[in-house]
Amino acid sequence: MAQALVDTSTIPGWGVDTDPKNNPTYPMRHIEDQKTRGLTWHRPPLQEPQVEVLQSIEHNRLPAVVGTSTPPSGLSGAIRRYAFRRSESDWWHWLLLMGADRINVVEGVIEDLAAGKVPNVPAEMGAKSEWQHNKNGFLLKAGATLAIGAVLVAIVQARREDRADEDEGETIAAEPAHVTARVDEPVLPADLATSQVVPLPGLDA
Amino acid sequence: MLAMNYRGPYRVRADEKPMPQILHPEDAIIRVTRSCICGSDLHLYHGMVPDTRVGMTFGHEFCGIVEQVGPAIQNLKVGDHVLVPFNIACGKCHFCQQGLFGNCHESNAQATAVGGIYGYSHTAGGYDGGQAQYVRVPYADVGPTVIPDWMDPDDAVLLTDVVPTGYQAAEMGAIKPGDTVVVFGAGPVGLMAARSAWLFGAGRVIVIDCEEYRLEFARTFGPAEVYNFREIDDVVVFLKKQTDSLGADVCIDAVGGDASGNALQWFFGTKLKLEAGNAIALHWAINSVKKGGVVSMVGVYGPTGNMVPIGNVVNKGITIRANQASVKRLLPRLIEHIRAGHINPKAMITHRVPLADVADAYHIFAAKLDGCIKPVLLPNGA
Repeated sequence: MAQALVDTSTIPGWGVDTDPKNNPTYPMRHIEDQKTRGLTWHRPPLQEPQVEVLQSIEHNRLPAVVGTSTPPSGLSGAIRRYAFRRSESDWWHWLLLMGADRINVVEGVIEDLAAGKVPNVPAEMGAKSEWQHNKNGFLLKAGATLAIGAVLVAIVQARREDRADEDEGETIAAEPAHVTARVDEPVLPADLATSQVVPLPGLDA
Repeated sequence: MLAMNYRGPYRVRADEKPMPQILHPEDAIIRVTRSCICGSDLHLYHGMVPDTRVGMTFGHEFCGIVEQVGPAIQNLKVGDHVLVPFNIACGKCHFCQQGLFGNCHESNAQATAVGGIYGYSHTAGGYDGGQAQYVRVPYADVGPTVIPDWMDPDDAVLLTDVVPTGYQAAEMGAIKPGDTVVVFGAGPVGLMAARSAWLFGAGRVIVIDCEEYRLEFARTFGPAEVYNFREIDDVVVFLKKQTDSLGADVCIDAVGGDASGNALQWFFGTKLKLEAGNAIALHWAINSVKKGGVVSMVGVYGPTGNMVPIGNVVNKGITIRANQASVKRLLPRLIEHIRAGHINPKAMITHRVPLADVADAYHIFAAKLDGCIKPVLLPNGA
């Protein structure tokens, strides 16, 4: 497995950037102007955001320019706002954002459907190129997807049939109780059944 | 205009979106001529970076023609063909003043740990990126650089990220003449790191990956010794044997969170996302470097945590250096290198794809199909 060493004399530019002064602190300690310490620099003009921009609580002021792509919205947006109450050092900050990202995918599908567009998921996942350059992989994935789909459909179908059987069984089992109730309905309470008709005074014929 | 539209993990498409507008006096609007898909875009594509919102347009490696400028712009004019560093940097803050243009404090509201980056989630500022026909470029007097007449735009677009990131990986390695440098990852950044290691005087460059076609490319592009980790029982033991049991002087992680090579890390990091990706490349780098050596990190990880042998960093006295590339700082030197013929970035471009086929371009790159090393999108035609 050992390979021949490369002859450095054949390499254009070998060693031209060798810098004995390059040390691990460069350029982190390349500070010549002490005036730049702290938030003292002359700031660029400030952008006025026209959309909601979430801000890390580790910033004590909004940066001079901000990105305006895809402002927070919907349930994912609410989760993102909550996540930004926590610092970048807090694991929950990132986990909440990851959770919001996943919810946002569902929101994206709903948004597409609401706009009358059914997302072409295979095309979005590059199915055409998979077919062109990796037919075996395409067939394997397609087969696996179909198999999983068939299993899911079979499970759902079986559950539906089970439920239908159960419903039918419940109907049959419930019938006698219903009938009993009907039979019981006209039965008078014992005290009434055994009571005598007491003629009211003054109503005698 | 047509723009890439993220719909969720593994799902992107090209859609019509509104034209970008000047929102700040130092903005410019650029008509994009070339826009690459970066290996780090795949972290977004795989849903690994928190606060990646549906509807966003990715793309942080692009060049194009200046279409419109804000009232405060002095260095650019309409019609200039510019390359745009992926860092959004004000040029004035504490960090920009040190040349740390990847760490600007005036460009990312959502996080302090990283400066603004085009099209790289809201964790990197929430800016739409350049995988579109047009893009808004803030601080346009600072980042964008007019492409020299003699330079091929294919080289120029790779100067926006890949070349400086690979070069800075070697620079941060503080390579001394004769050093043995191990580069983990034979993607475009790893290739440039390997090539750049020679410029800093490396005596030996070894590239580790698992994709044969990429290793073959690295063998000649580096040039480098190349090894497939799937054919090696234990990468760290192998590298120790290659270096008289001492370990490499410098190890470079040019992979980041989308690595292969460890089932446990892949399952918890890549699939369950309980870690910020699969950190096996960094794990190997820490354990393969010699005592007192340098680990240079340019591979991108998410902002949460990763399982790495941090105790060995202490026990071995390792220096870890890492950063997003400071493109603006490095550009003058890298332009010289291209002109002198020391580097030939455009050789890495394997695919040119119309923006309308962005979904296929992402899939080809992510699944490493068709010998793909570097795909370039052409949003406004060839």
